[in-house]
Amino acid sequence: MSLAGEQTGAVNECGCDGAVALAGSRSGDDRRNFVQSVDPGIRLLVCAVFCLVVVSLNSLAALSLALGIAALAVAAARQSLGTALRRMAALDGFMLMVLAMLPFSTPGEPLFSVAGLPASREGALLGTMILLKANVVVLMILALLSSMEPALLGRAMNRLRLPNKFVLLFLFTLRYIDVLGREYRRLRVAMKARGFRMRCDLHTWRSVGYLVGMLLVRSIERSERIVAAMRCRGFNGTFPALTENAPLSWRDGAFAGASVGVCLGLALVGIQ
Amino acid sequence: MAHIPDGVLSAPVLIAGAAVSLAGCGYALRRLDEERIPEVAILAAVFFVASLVHFPVGPTSVHLILNGLTGILLGWAAFPAIAVALLLQAVLFGFGGLVVLGVNIMNMAIPAVLCCYLFQAVAGNGANRQRVLWGAGLAGGLGVLLTAIMVAAVLTLSGREFFAAAKLVVVAHVPVALIEAAFSVAVIGLLSRVKPSLLGFQA
Repeated sequence: MSLAGEQTGAVNECGCDGAVALAGSRSGDDRRNFVQSVDPGIRLLVCAVFCLVVVSLNSLAALSLALGIAALAVAAARQSLGTALRRMAALDGFMLMVLAMLPFSTPGEPLFSVAGLPASREGALLGTMILLKANVVVLMILALLSSMEPALLGRAMNRLRLPNKFVLLFLFTLRYIDVLGREYRRLRVAMKARGFRMRCDLHTWRSVGYLVGMLLVRSIERSERIVAAMRCRGFNGTFPALTENAPLSWRDGAFAGASVGVCLGLALVGIQ
Repeated sequence: MAHIPDGVLSAPVLIAGAAVSLAGCGYALRRLDEERIPEVAILAAVFFVASLVHFPVGPTSVHLILNGLTGILLGWAAFPAIAVALLLQAVLFGFGGLVVLGVNIMNMAIPAVLCCYLFQAVAGNGANRQRVLWGAGLAGGLGVLLTAIMVAAVLTLSGREFFAAAKLVVVAHVPVALIEAAFSVAVIGLLSRVKPSLLGFQA
């Protein structure tokens, strides 16, 4: 059940696990691990601080250490190795193009040369550091944020006092992505049944344009019905369930404390 | 390619991007009526789903950015809508980083808001169908090109050594801009017939 038949492998697979997560079919999974038992708000906060520290590191040793910590976190959150590798590859496809040009465009001590173009040691070092930072952040997001149901992320943002309207927008969007993804697939099947195939021509772009236009028309009418239904239930700008948060437990405190220690340690090693 | 990963940009660029995005989202949210949240969310979801569609181009494929269309339909609300979409893409698919989120939001949302004003200026009250379609095409194409130029600009501002890659980013987005222009003409052409009120036109 991918969002579109034409997607490339990585996106297709991602679309899949996204759709499953959105549908909330994870509720049957009761093998909650330590990472999942930590308060979502704390996880979001820790993830943000960790990424901030990692981005400001400037030594290879500290970055390698951070990569190790992120990998451990992915393992602790019991995310599959396949997902981790796929995400790292999806990232690096674009980055490799940018990074491959760095050694040649950074002035400095020549390290090697390709077709007469000298590549500098400084450029290669810069490229390696960027690659490490980007991957550490992707892994940490996978470990701490992707391991929670996306709806919980809305709750986490609410806990961290993000504007209520933003949290609501997040939760509603999440819900509709799932609904509209299904509707999109249904319309695409109808087009396929009539012999439509994706090509590189005006006909394709126009046809998919009409498809999305139709999706917009239908969904805006749907949203009018939703507003009416919500008004009927006395919606006053908040969901009661959103503001009920469990009190923090010793696990939350321990996790936050350990994370602060790790971040401080990394900063001591790696920020000159 | 509008998702810049973490670790590439310099601190001043990251801070400036975060500040601009915070201000943009704050302003847009203050203007946004709570009753309109479902409508904005559902449009944001359509654009999220549509941006996952891959169009074949030669041996490879491209996906659309759709910030021009988002701007036309949402106006300033495009800021929080794009923020939600990018946050979800980072969490669900691992596209783009977390610290760099502010810059990524800025790069897509500022062109979106500009395209909104551009479309309103070109299309007028919607009475002239030719002008509506021109407005849609211009907004669709320029949304992508402006985003590419902003990506290139933040890369270059972060370090001179990124200049070569930055030029490549802009060139690589030209075909996307063309496809997106044709796509936007089709979408807006349909909407102006079927549901003109969505574009703020008289039925």
